[in-house]
Amino acid sequence: MKNTLRQRIGEQFSLITLLLWALRVGVFIVVLWGSINTLASGRYEASTWINLVIAGLAQGSIYALIALGYSLVYGILRFINFAHGEVFMAGAFTSVFVAEALERSGFFPKYPILTFAILLIVSMTSSTVVAVLLERIAYRPLRNAPRLVPLITAIGASFFLQYTFRGLYGSGFHTYPEFGQLWGVWNIAGMDIQIVQVFVFLASLLMMAGLYLIVERTKTGKAMRAVSEDKEIAALMGIDVNRVIVITFVIGGMLAGSAGVIRGMYQPQGIWFFMGFHPGLKAFTAAVLGGIGNIPGAMLGGLFLGVFETVGPTLILQGLGIPAANQLKDAIAIIMLVLVLIFRPQGILGEKLAEEKA
Amino acid sequence: MFKRTLLVLSLVLLAGMAIAACGGGNDVVVIEPGEPIHIGYMLPTSGGASVYGESAIGAMNVLISQRGQLLGHDILLTGEDTECSAEGGETAAQRTVADPTIVGVIGTTCSSAMTAAMTTMSESGLTVISPSNTSPALTNPDETWQPGYFRTAHNDLFQGAIAAQYAIEELGASTAAAIHDGDPYTEGLATAFTDNFTKLGGTVTTTEAVNKGDTDMRSVLTTVAADSPDVLFFPIFQPEADFIVAQSVEIPGLENTILFSADGSFVAPFAPSAGQAALGMYFSGPYVTGDKEDTFQADYLAANGTVPPGPFGEHAADGLGILLNAIEAVAEVDDDGTLRINREELREAVEATTDYDGITGLLSCGPKELVPGVTFRGDCATGEALGVFQANQAWIDSEDAYPPDVLWTP
Repeated sequence: MKNTLRQRIGEQFSLITLLLWALRVGVFIVVLWGSINTLASGRYEASTWINLVIAGLAQGSIYALIALGYSLVYGILRFINFAHGEVFMAGAFTSVFVAEALERSGFFPKYPILTFAILLIVSMTSSTVVAVLLERIAYRPLRNAPRLVPLITAIGASFFLQYTFRGLYGSGFHTYPEFGQLWGVWNIAGMDIQIVQVFVFLASLLMMAGLYLIVERTKTGKAMRAVSEDKEIAALMGIDVNRVIVITFVIGGMLAGSAGVIRGMYQPQGIWFFMGFHPGLKAFTAAVLGGIGNIPGAMLGGLFLGVFETVGPTLILQGLGIPAANQLKDAIAIIMLVLVLIFRPQGILGEKLAEEKA
Repeated sequence: MFKRTLLVLSLVLLAGMAIAACGGGNDVVVIEPGEPIHIGYMLPTSGGASVYGESAIGAMNVLISQRGQLLGHDILLTGEDTECSAEGGETAAQRTVADPTIVGVIGTTCSSAMTAAMTTMSESGLTVISPSNTSPALTNPDETWQPGYFRTAHNDLFQGAIAAQYAIEELGASTAAAIHDGDPYTEGLATAFTDNFTKLGGTVTTTEAVNKGDTDMRSVLTTVAADSPDVLFFPIFQPEADFIVAQSVEIPGLENTILFSADGSFVAPFAPSAGQAALGMYFSGPYVTGDKEDTFQADYLAANGTVPPGPFGEHAADGLGILLNAIEAVAEVDDDGTLRINREELREAVEATTDYDGITGLLSCGPKELVPGVTFRGDCATGEALGVFQANQAWIDSEDAYPPDVLWTP
């Protein structure tokens, strides 16, 4: 009997493995087939692909900056702060008014770099204030509640913030003034590269490098990592857990605020109260993709998602003969997330979580 | 104990549903003396499309203050925010039909909202007149149309035709691409454009689509640019249309492509937001002219302090005018001034409207065979009030310069 049972388990196991392998091969063939078809059609030049990849990196680095906020909070509190997209909106939406005022007064054309610094400070401050208030009012009273409770609260907080900002600033669209210096092209090896995309990418990298240094090299960072491992033991070791949690929200808010201004430089139009929703979803996807709770993972997940979303519809779907392929951009992002979760449930860089953490 | 609570709860729920069902079945609205005639609106008052809602409400208020009383009753206008989405339309419809005092409804702005609201509104017995739904499917009984729905806006079969005609005859285009966003309005108009463009001898290179909420248009523009079409027609809304215009300058292959949008983005804030790249781009959209229009603009300015921030205000005023006339025709007046309005008769009276002399022209709401073999229901306008516009520097510099003068009329 024992033997047959083991055999049966063995068979079942191999069946699942087989199915997973079939899925893997299937996905690979579909992707390859689509890509080869598109490339063979010769519709696009090599420079087009490079331009798309760079645009994807720029878009992805904005996702990455927001994704870090999700990941940091998840790393410490093990819950998804669904209102983080609104933290991003708070910064971008507040500073657009400063930007408009500075442009009207003639300050902006004279001192563009100073203007950028002011916008960054305004945006980061407002996002941070919102993030900290969110933690203090909405999440801290529920810290020991079952995990579903703060999640639902976060969704409620998200709506609350959207409509508060709609009440404060109105429901119309606003536009950042154009930073003329950024809107040109660099001709590198016969290719036109948009300066603004390089700027967005580098600025985001800089922010992320700063975050990495804080977490890995400072005492606060060490405390954050300790709280992330085990809140109770960390408290016993003399770490002020509440303080660390607030700092985490501050850092997440600052990153989201900087993402707000960077988004305003890159895509100046369409600043309104609902602008945080879609990037919030994408950044959440990016955070899970990279391995939620993992900082380099969130960066990688964001960049990966950005590039895939920009290049994927053209490269894969058009080759498969799907009409209006670009409308399926979000579908591509979600399918990719599902595939990653099937084959690597912990995300690209995520480590396997211990039982009690998971 | 718990079981009993549950029983009581479900009974209450059941009773509530029964009452709600009765409320829905009321087919005669009774207006006591001293009570107002209640007109509901379902328009966007938030989001990018709120300029349409604002223009429509402003225009209707002008008409109401001019009319004063109707059959000895005041006219009360209240409404729900539909945003510009299916979800918003559905919610607004549920809330509107729950109010038994409402006699008729002006709305919606966006075809997506109306598509979602159609069944609820039609089953409630209410008459709905839209000032700015333009999707061809909405008045086609084989597709979305259901009894009780009318519109004073042009069907996009007309707008698509004049945009294609202008592109070929005036701009000399031979190839075109179109971008929609999956919305019934944008998809319907893009299809009407591409069909007519092909019919007039042009070639359509691609029909692409974006999502609402997208901010990066480089990938879709790259797809379009591969064929370098003469014209890119994108009848979508803010802010996606802004991103398309602003980002199109970066894409190699689109240098000589003429940008062409439609009434969805022909609103005051559009050109200042899209920026310098919008200079010289074209729009098709409603164009109302004549003495009545001049009077309307002056009255609107006097009452609201600004010019209408978007198109279709005139259409809302005409829609309300048709509705009020129909109410006047079917209302039974008792000796004490009580009004009884049969909702079914009201629908019939609106449908029977012939040559209503409105700001937007002569409107007749009966069935029309707009396409050979297909009888459209509820279309009051026949597309005379349309034109092509071009964005100029003054409008880019300030939204006060909106709207630019008409460039061409068919």
